[in-house]
Amino acid sequence: MDDLLRDFLTETNENMAQLDLQLVELEQNPNNPGLLSSIFRLVHTIKGTCGFLGLPRLEKVAHASENVLGKFRDGVLPVTPAAVTLIFRSLDQIKSLLAVLEATEKEPDGNDADLIQALNDMSEGKGLDVAVAAAASAAPEPQETPAPEPVAEAAPEPERVAAPAAQPAPAKAAPAPVAAAPAADHAEAKDSAVAASSVRLSVDLLENLMTQVSELVLARNQLMQLNRTQKDSVFTTSLQRLNHIVSELQDGVMKTRMQPIGNAWTKLPRIIRDLSRELNKKIDLVMLGAETELDRQVLELIKDPLTHMVRNSADHGIELPADRVAAGKPETGTVTLNAYHEGGHIIIEIKDDGKGLAIEKIKAKAIQNGLATEADISGMSDQQIMQFIFKPGFSTAAAVTSVSGRGVGMDVVRTNVEKIGGTIEMFSTVGKGSRFQIKIPLTLAIVSALIVEVAEDRYAIPQLNVVELVRASENSEYKIEYISNTPVLRLRNRLLPLVSLAQLMQLPITKSDVHKGFVVVAQVGNSLFGIMVDRVFDTEEIVVKPVSRALRHITLFSGNTILGDGSVVMILDPNGIAAHAGDIQSSNNAQTDTAAKSSVVRQGSKQSLLLFRAGSAVPKAVPLSLVARLEDFDVHDIEHANGRALIQYRGHLMPIVAIAPEYQLKQEGRQAVLVFSDRDHSMGLAVDEILDIVDEAMNIELTGDRTGQMGTAIIAGKATEIIDVGYFLDKAFGDWFDPAHEGAFNDPQSRNRILLVDDSAFFRNLLTPVLTLAGYQVTTAENPKDAMKYYEEGMEFDAIVSDIEMPQMSGFDFVSQLRREGRWSKLPVIAMSSHTNPRDLERGAEVGFNDYVAKFDREGLLQVLHQHIRGGGAAS
Amino acid sequence: MTMSQLPAVASTGRPPILASEGSDYVTMFIAGQLFGIPVLQVHDVLSPQKITRVPLAPPQIAGSLNLRGRIVTTVDVRTCLGLPPRDDGKKSMSIVVDCGNESFNLIVDQVGEVMIMPHHQYEPNPPTLDQRWRDVAGGVFRMDGRLMVVLDVNRLLSFVNDAA
Repeated sequence: MDDLLRDFLTETNENMAQLDLQLVELEQNPNNPGLLSSIFRLVHTIKGTCGFLGLPRLEKVAHASENVLGKFRDGVLPVTPAAVTLIFRSLDQIKSLLAVLEATEKEPDGNDADLIQALNDMSEGKGLDVAVAAAASAAPEPQETPAPEPVAEAAPEPERVAAPAAQPAPAKAAPAPVAAAPAADHAEAKDSAVAASSVRLSVDLLENLMTQVSELVLARNQLMQLNRTQKDSVFTTSLQRLNHIVSELQDGVMKTRMQPIGNAWTKLPRIIRDLSRELNKKIDLVMLGAETELDRQVLELIKDPLTHMVRNSADHGIELPADRVAAGKPETGTVTLNAYHEGGHIIIEIKDDGKGLAIEKIKAKAIQNGLATEADISGMSDQQIMQFIFKPGFSTAAAVTSVSGRGVGMDVVRTNVEKIGGTIEMFSTVGKGSRFQIKIPLTLAIVSALIVEVAEDRYAIPQLNVVELVRASENSEYKIEYISNTPVLRLRNRLLPLVSLAQLMQLPITKSDVHKGFVVVAQVGNSLFGIMVDRVFDTEEIVVKPVSRALRHITLFSGNTILGDGSVVMILDPNGIAAHAGDIQSSNNAQTDTAAKSSVVRQGSKQSLLLFRAGSAVPKAVPLSLVARLEDFDVHDIEHANGRALIQYRGHLMPIVAIAPEYQLKQEGRQAVLVFSDRDHSMGLAVDEILDIVDEAMNIELTGDRTGQMGTAIIAGKATEIIDVGYFLDKAFGDWFDPAHEGAFNDPQSRNRILLVDDSAFFRNLLTPVLTLAGYQVTTAENPKDAMKYYEEGMEFDAIVSDIEMPQMSGFDFVSQLRREGRWSKLPVIAMSSHTNPRDLERGAEVGFNDYVAKFDREGLLQVLHQHIRGGGAAS
Repeated sequence: MTMSQLPAVASTGRPPILASEGSDYVTMFIAGQLFGIPVLQVHDVLSPQKITRVPLAPPQIAGSLNLRGRIVTTVDVRTCLGLPPRDDGKKSMSIVVDCGNESFNLIVDQVGEVMIMPHHQYEPNPPTLDQRWRDVAGGVFRMDGRLMVVLDVNRLLSFVNDAA
């Protein structure tokens, strides 16, 4: 049987029983308004539910009865025994219909025209006599009520219809002044089987039971622990039995708290329907896994966040039909809800095929709302930027619609989810849609936790947040390293930021060797970090108990519990730890903090990197696009002049630069050299060995402190220094950069403003200091769209330097758009690209670039800029 | 226990002015001073227990302990009174009291007997009493040869609400 129908039957049968009682009471106290409205409400509920479930016959009878009751209530109609009898008759008819419904899952055929007629007459006040007559002469009724009852069980129905006062409340029925009240016992015997097989209990009772069972589990754990220390204990067998029984009991009680998640979704179809009307969108709601069960308490807490997120998807995610068609998508958007179990957790996904998160809007909003500065944002990956939607005080809706943007944002959603030990992750593709994944524990009452020791005290970490455990020691593959007091761990191919629990909790660090210990790798949302602990014990099932009011302000703890040995331990809240750790790091060293954060979210497009070794054993890397050639010179061909190593290369003299002052060129054999080149100049960087070329995302996790080095990133699983080619170019052609020439630029008033558009953070980072040093005021944009935003904001520049190959919009398209109209149409725009072939140059000139410079050619760029800005070369 | 038949004591710790002659107090010693808590506010008297310390907690909180399956926050009364930690090497005892639907365990040096305090011996706090003591004291009983300070549990634990 359908769950909905079963619920309906249970509820309606209960209501009917109550109605019988109350009607009898009403006859005795006809002027009790409280009773009347209670009866009216019950019948009204039945009518409403029938209408909802599509049970027209029941609905009609209930409706007609409700009309009469309404008149009673309003005092229009006197409560006479005859009238009450009529109501009883209709209730009996409802019961008989319910009986058939229960047996066959559908209403019997036929209609109740005469009964309804009698009720209607009664409500109109004219049919009192008729009604009495109808009630009194109930005998003909059976023939008139639908004879063709399809089901055997329904056969006695006519009898019951004929017995108007067959209340299943015999005790009270006796004094009922209804004349024809032969309390039909068999009617009671036929009480709904559905109603009998389920019981309604107060949630409090269940909660209480659950608490008791939780305590029992704890007591069991303690006993088991005690027994473990005894050899050949006589209790062992009994304890094992107890163990099994308690486990089963726990399972059983847990089940009583389980409800299908569909219960939290019932309102959603309506919300989506209303939304699509309101917003003129076409939206389908697909709900999968509605039968997935989870703890009632969790369900309650997750209900509102889910509703909010579905709303968001429909409101912000799904586009208008016209936009969807234009984007080549079906007119109707789909919001999919999917719930399923996965290893002790429930995963709930909210997915839409809309436009995805608008990164640019989020950026702008974040800046506008003061959540971040432009500088912060320019260094962030898309994934990091998306995280802003979870920040308090952020709402993406451009206009506050009546639908979303009510001040409850995603931050509330996240808080609620995290409150129940859940995590929320987000994936979004522009134009394709977004997906939110909520991972929540099945139940809150008992969780599995890892017990760890810090400064001689034990703590529990919820297993849900634990990804893995790493044992760190000086000699093993994993060792804890420090960068200006910030501990990090090399874990496979990433640098994992570490949090010292002892430090966080302001406990004395008892361990003499800070390089040793265990690292609990924990995940909170999309971020991964390591928690340094001294020891790791077991995992244990723990019952989460709320902490005392006196300790509730400590966000590091989410609760406390009693372990098997009877001792109290605090339960660590990884969310709180992550929040605290962020504070600590930013106050200690802002630089490291951003580095640590960026390592958490590994993002960014892949690029080819050339790996080599020079000077030290640490591998070094340089973007392959910067390297013109790899050469291998005989050392005897290398000449020395004016204290510099030079080689004749392609008809020019090429300087060969060492990676560090102390670096010695080889004396024998062949010298490997990386050649960096622009149109006129080439420079060779002497290296020991070319290692490899790899395609990887280059995330500089630690900024460099040495000259010639941009920072350190993990490449091919190893910490690798990224070299700053610009520095070496400077070194090679240093003579030609005479700072005196640029002296005039250093007056801030007369500084020329440059807009640098490049999708690669690497180049933005590379060129900004060069240009600033040369006296320009530099603003960077990650793509042409960002650049246009500056235009819209009314910013003015003296020149634009733009990359050619950028996702979304190429430099060619960008400049042709600029040239078409507007303030910036006459601005000098310099193209910058790693490949300079004649066709590109030609095309660049065609679309309106004023000049073309190889990407790493700083000197060339400066010359060109000088020429175009200073020389008044803006005309083009 | 016969104590339950005794008149109720106002939660302020001040003895109510009742017709009956006195109220019962559980007495205790802290740094040599005799203190008393109305007996009806006292749940339990515990021998030394294993206490789990709670990092970052307010200084008055010594930690948490397991009282028959319940987790009870433990407060060091010495710290509340601004007294130095105990250094006589003896084991402390504690008293479990109720405050706002929650139980707290108060660590004291030693727990004495239950005494009936005649109302006529009650005096309000001397105005010259140290501020910290005045904050938690609910008056003084004059006894033969010594004084008993009434410990006002609600005021003693008021920091709990401040912290929350």
